Amino acid sequence: MTIRKTSLIQGNRACTEGALAAGVRFYAGYPITPSTEIAEIMSEELPKFGGKFVQMEDEIAGMACILGAALTGKKVLTASSGPGISLKQEAIGYAAMAEIPCVIVNVQRLGPSTGGPTSSAQGDIMQARWGTHGDHPIIALCPSSVYECFTLTVTAVNFAEKFRTPVYVLLDEIIGHMRENVELPAYEEIQIIDRKKPTCTPQEYKPYIIDESMIPEMADFGTGYRWHVTGLFHDETGFPTGKTEIIDNQLKRLMNKFSKYEDEILLWEESKIEDAEILLVAYGSTARSALDAIETLRNEGIKVGLFRPITIWPFPEKALKAKLEKVKHIIVPEMNYGQLTLEVERICKDKTLVSGLFKVNSLPITPDEIIAKVKEVL
Amino acid sequence: MKRWEFRLSGSGGQGLITAGIILGEAAVLEGKEVVQSQSYGPEARGGASKAEVIIDTKKIYYPKVVLPDIILAMSQEAAQKYGSEIKENGIIVIDSSMVDDFKHDKAKVIKIPITKLAKDEVGKTFTANIIAIAVLVGLTKVVSFDSLKQAVLNRIPKGTEGINTKALEIGWQWSQEKL
Repeated sequence: MTIRKTSLIQGNRACTEGALAAGVRFYAGYPITPSTEIAEIMSEELPKFGGKFVQMEDEIAGMACILGAALTGKKVLTASSGPGISLKQEAIGYAAMAEIPCVIVNVQRLGPSTGGPTSSAQGDIMQARWGTHGDHPIIALCPSSVYECFTLTVTAVNFAEKFRTPVYVLLDEIIGHMRENVELPAYEEIQIIDRKKPTCTPQEYKPYIIDESMIPEMADFGTGYRWHVTGLFHDETGFPTGKTEIIDNQLKRLMNKFSKYEDEILLWEESKIEDAEILLVAYGSTARSALDAIETLRNEGIKVGLFRPITIWPFPEKALKAKLEKVKHIIVPEMNYGQLTLEVERICKDKTLVSGLFKVNSLPITPDEIIAKVKEVL
Repeated sequence: MKRWEFRLSGSGGQGLITAGIILGEAAVLEGKEVVQSQSYGPEARGGASKAEVIIDTKKIYYPKVVLPDIILAMSQEAAQKYGSEIKENGIIVIDSSMVDDFKHDKAKVIKIPITKLAKDEVGKTFTANIIAIAVLVGLTKVVSFDSLKQAVLNRIPKGTEGINTKALEIGWQWSQEKL
């Protein structure tokens, strides 16, 4: 497995390779287009690594099942699309509340409802942030290439483990199904992060004691450490509580859990941004159209650049704000009706104009459409 | 080398996505940049299906075909749905055993009875996709015949080397006669 030749592989496959490389050894889920290849490949590959694959009766059970496995110490992942991701929401909230590490790959298809199973879309941006009820922390990463499907799945598993949180990998159908020639790194070269385990005795263990890291130590079920897991507000023993100050502290900590780790969590890429007067903010497959558009526009002397959020949630707000010195207009092309545009507008409206370029007809946004939009606002 | 855009269309189950992957893998063998993508309906069989392959020497950003250089159409529906948009002087390869009637003003239309050849000459209808990619490579020379053959052999099940090589040779021969 050390020497890896360049090969033509699919985004969904690269995701599974990233999961296996990062140490995922448990998958449960229910197949659905356009994420099915992930389940298919994991069912073939996991047993070779001593892992387990379970096809559950539905997506709800798939999500619940990986949480159970995560509590026993396994690194876990599930994948789904569209209605399947909607079904998983309750258990995702449970994972955020009980702080159970897990990765959810969402290969976005056109919604709402069953929508367009084989059509690409980027309509789950806000669902990723607020799909489950109540205020809660979440991380969502958004690959733009087959190679990134691999690297960001590794990152997602590492983040889930380190920060004890559900992490989304948000593909879109185009990225999930396209094949590119890539040379994936050898598994040995990959940095792996494991969750922090208790050093105290089982008798002394309190599962939600918080130190300055903000992340509690997590014991594996079945190792003698007994603890209570609940979706209710709970004290440091893990048992439910109705005490307002504990509720207040717990939710505050959950919502601020990532703030001291922003340097590590917030990922983005910039292209030709230094002198840009028009700034494109694009992600996933749409960022690729943006890069082609920039090449054409730059050849015509138009100063345009790209800010590509890789971490969509939490959004790299400060990084974007710091780049607006020369920017006169921001354009956000996305395959939805402006979900990230609203966020960009919130962040940048005091400094520059913000326009969206939306397309929700199952077809990708083309470089020509971005070029036309740029010329319209010039 | 310029950016080459291929659109392979037909109905689900004809092996066009596999054909697209094989073409892409042949280009990878030659160290080229490749993006292969597809679109298809919710059906497992039937319905219009299309595979796209982009081959270039420089990095490919936009992963979809903008305007194809060459189109393969292996069903009447696909010919009508995907056969109109093409570069000026592009090539449209029609499987004349599956498509009754097709005309185009700006493109060169090449009619080859691909499925019939697979059935009668190779003896296996499922080799039609292999004949088809040999035709596409023969017309464009986007990769060498040897790279294509290698890519086919890398992917097919053991024991089918003979029929697939035969399919490749038939496709190549027809393409050279039509050039």
